[in-house]
Amino acid sequence: MNAPELWTTVAIVGPLAAAVVSLGGGRRHILGGLALGALASCSAAVALVRIVFERGVVRHHMGGWGQPLGIELRVDGLSVVMLATTAVVGTAISFYATSYFGDAADPRVERSPAGRGARFFAPLWLFLWTALNGIYLSADLFNLYVTLEMLGLSSAALVTLAVSNKAVEAGMRYLLVSLTGSLLFLFGVALLYLGYGTLSLEGLGALEPSGTPAIWALAVMTVGLAAKTALFPLHAWLPPAHAAAPAPASALLSALVVKASFYVLARLWLHVYGVGMPGGALGRPALVVLGVLGGAAIIWGSLLALRQVSLKRLIAYSTVAQLGYLFIMFPLLPPVEGLGGGGGWSVPAFSGGIYHALSHALAKGAMFMAAGSMSYAVADDDIRAVSGVAHRLPMSFLAFGIGGLSLAGIPPSGGFVAKWLLLTAALESGRWLWAGVIVVGGLLTLAYVLLVARYALDVEREPASFRSVPRRMEWAALGLAVLAVILGLRAVEVLELLSVGGFAPWR
Amino acid sequence: MIEALGPAVVGWSELPLLVVLSSLVPGVIIMFLAEEQVRLRNSLNLLGAVLKVVLVGLMLLGVPLGAEYEWTLQVLPGFELSLVGDSLALLFVTLSAVLWLVTTVYAIGYLEDSPNRTRFFAFFSLCVTAATGLAMAGDLFTFVIFYEALTWTTYPLVVHRGTEKAVRAGRVYLIYTFTAGAFLILGAVSLHVVAGTVEFVSGGVVDPTAVATAPVRYTVVFLLLLAGFSVKAAFFPVHGWLPVAMVAPAPVSALLHAVAVVKAGAFGVIRLLHSVFGIEVAAELGMAQLVVGLAVFTIIYGSLRALGQDDLKRLLAFSTVSQLAYIALGVALMAPAAHVGGIVHLVHQGIMKITLFFCAGLLSETLEVKKVSQMAGVARRMPLTMLAFTIAALGMIGLPPVAGFLSKWYLGTGALAAGAPWVVAVLLASSLLNAAYFLPIVRTAWFDERDSEWIDRGRGPGGLEADWRLVLPALVTAAMALGAGLLGGLDLSPLGWARLIVQQGGL
Repeated sequence: MNAPELWTTVAIVGPLAAAVVSLGGGRRHILGGLALGALASCSAAVALVRIVFERGVVRHHMGGWGQPLGIELRVDGLSVVMLATTAVVGTAISFYATSYFGDAADPRVERSPAGRGARFFAPLWLFLWTALNGIYLSADLFNLYVTLEMLGLSSAALVTLAVSNKAVEAGMRYLLVSLTGSLLFLFGVALLYLGYGTLSLEGLGALEPSGTPAIWALAVMTVGLAAKTALFPLHAWLPPAHAAAPAPASALLSALVVKASFYVLARLWLHVYGVGMPGGALGRPALVVLGVLGGAAIIWGSLLALRQVSLKRLIAYSTVAQLGYLFIMFPLLPPVEGLGGGGGWSVPAFSGGIYHALSHALAKGAMFMAAGSMSYAVADDDIRAVSGVAHRLPMSFLAFGIGGLSLAGIPPSGGFVAKWLLLTAALESGRWLWAGVIVVGGLLTLAYVLLVARYALDVEREPASFRSVPRRMEWAALGLAVLAVILGLRAVEVLELLSVGGFAPWR
Repeated sequence: MIEALGPAVVGWSELPLLVVLSSLVPGVIIMFLAEEQVRLRNSLNLLGAVLKVVLVGLMLLGVPLGAEYEWTLQVLPGFELSLVGDSLALLFVTLSAVLWLVTTVYAIGYLEDSPNRTRFFAFFSLCVTAATGLAMAGDLFTFVIFYEALTWTTYPLVVHRGTEKAVRAGRVYLIYTFTAGAFLILGAVSLHVVAGTVEFVSGGVVDPTAVATAPVRYTVVFLLLLAGFSVKAAFFPVHGWLPVAMVAPAPVSALLHAVAVVKAGAFGVIRLLHSVFGIEVAAELGMAQLVVGLAVFTIIYGSLRALGQDDLKRLLAFSTVSQLAYIALGVALMAPAAHVGGIVHLVHQGIMKITLFFCAGLLSETLEVKKVSQMAGVARRMPLTMLAFTIAALGMIGLPPVAGFLSKWYLGTGALAAGAPWVVAVLLASSLLNAAYFLPIVRTAWFDERDSEWIDRGRGPGGLEADWRLVLPALVTAAMALGAGLLGGLDLSPLGWARLIVQQGGL
């Protein structure tokens, strides 16, 4: 077994084995499982980053089975970047969760909602982690379908950990949307298989799918994936689900889970279908449609975030808005002709969009965890209830603030780099309107972050009740926030990595 | 010894980085200290401040010997964080380093025994870090990063007291500055797209022939950048945040008004006119004239508004609005003497205004005197404070031998050389207005009988009129204002240095 084979296997089998360990249910099992999952994912991510830097794109058939039966894995810059982000954010959230759910062995805790969370959070999350790593490494549509389904099931189950009627309802709705999305995706996969006789992404890319059935396949898959990504106007399920889940689960769902379906969508559009190719199957109008939906998400999500009274719902609506930025990249993509090589950095729209996904993962993870700590302290999720919390939980508030500033694109932060790249893409191609949307979205982001700051900083109203927050929870959130800042000072390596495999279609 | 040190520091390219780190590192450490660790906190703060002055001193020795300090860190392909220690940067860095040291002493005395000092001093250091960073920014990309960082590092200082009024003031401050920041980022990206570079080059980096072929594009870029700078520079009509932000504690107001925020805006205008466009190109586009017009209007407007104020800090705020515009006026006129006047006013206004704010803080801390109408006879109780106040006020009016006279002299002769004698009339009118609002204060403080109730908090140790940590900084900066005026002929005086900058073509 060579190095790429070893580490791709570790990335998938590691978290899965960890999930099995954590099913043991005892405190030791849970901690051991989380540690094993984090260790496997992090070491695999580090190793694969190095491998991709050194060797470029690598492929691996798991168990030696080739197409069409076997599981084919493919690793390029985009995959490892997503994999590494998942590893970092996932590790921080695991760390946070070990404190958040308390000690499951404590009999008082065991019967409480927290106890239920403590027992089931770890296995579900580790299963979800397996699915995420699987998605980023998969090279064929069937694998993608299976891993997406795993992702949807475990995510919906995570929402219902909060044992309230609201959570169960939100979780069921999420499950329904997710299953419908998967079915649409499967339908598209079937159409493609009928038409081309292969499920391999690279194989399909080489066949240059075009013509009515292929376009229909893309259309239904896009709708399915957009529903899973909560793209406006299919976003209504997200805020209740992300707000009802326990804080670590909210962080996972907002930071990581929605990015996975976006990743699949981007793969299909960019690499398999090669959108924007002159004479290609799909012209600019299709890209503009995605962009317009993204722009609408930015404005609508931000406006709704401003109207929330629940802290977690505010952050959840912010996720709806920020996901819009990921779709803004499509209409800004340049025509593929004339791009040399992989065309990574030279395409600021692509690198900006992906960079936004990364920095949003870090920043939103930090914000949800920090908000979780603040509402943990006052035992209330109302924005007005966190009055004066900034003075008692300065680290959590700092994490929330830095995360918010990064989302808004205030330097130094990853969000700033992403916006700089997206703005460059918009202005270079003379698309002023998109630049306007990007800027206005940033200001609206500041407005809702400030809304929270206004209450949290107020010393004249004291919180009604206050319990101390475990330090570990505060550190986990602040750690991610600091990473979001560092991402804004050192983007070169990440962009270099992205250029391996890059943006150009697989022809 | 100086001769021996000088050559040794030539070519020490990390010096600009060390200058930035000398406040960043203490700031970050302080953030994690406990509230009770007063001694450690103060030592760290003072250590950083002294170290910064020493490091800046080393650079001051090197530059006349021909040293060029430049430190870069690649952030994005094509974009670097670049810190440059040229003569113009050093002028601003020296100002902020020296005044930070003085203000630190003042702030330690001022905030004794008040809550949340850890947060205060942490952000105080971060704010100075941002100010020194933008002073030494070698390109617009770096400038934008520090300029925006300055905004969010000063926010916690403005809302420090946490009262409803303070939080509201903070909101106004952020709405103004972040909106301007959005314009600035948009302007920076469009400059890069239009001109292909964002580097600061003395005499301007844009190609005059390219400007001649596409004047509209370049005008739009200029206006976007000007909009970005004018809020912090408090140009009419976007000065509204400045009087509101007066709710901050006195050391913050002092630093905000003399060094950090407003100077960042004024410095941005200097960079825009001289390092990005070049004054000739800006004049050809009609933009230099626009800046002159804005500045002239703001000078008169600020003075008129100051005239009616009874609240001392508000009066000083409007005076700042007026005085800052002198800087923009000087650098926008087409004459070297006017440039000298504008640049040197950056320093002169800083030391005079910080003195006035120190005195205002002394009066309110010691006697609860916050209004002009309470100041009758106050000089008898606090002679040293009022001595410092009087020196600075006379300087603001422009009376010799205080520093302000030299600024106005150079501005006036420059205006004549630039063929704009009407500007001299504006300067005279403004001086009369300055006299009209400062002289009555001075007169009533020294010569009138006390006619209002003071709440006397008692004298400092040794019978001094107040805590020495408050009195000494005010006296030191007042002495500087006097010294800068008396010793203007020396090469190392602010005026000498400003002349060096203009002679070197360092603008």
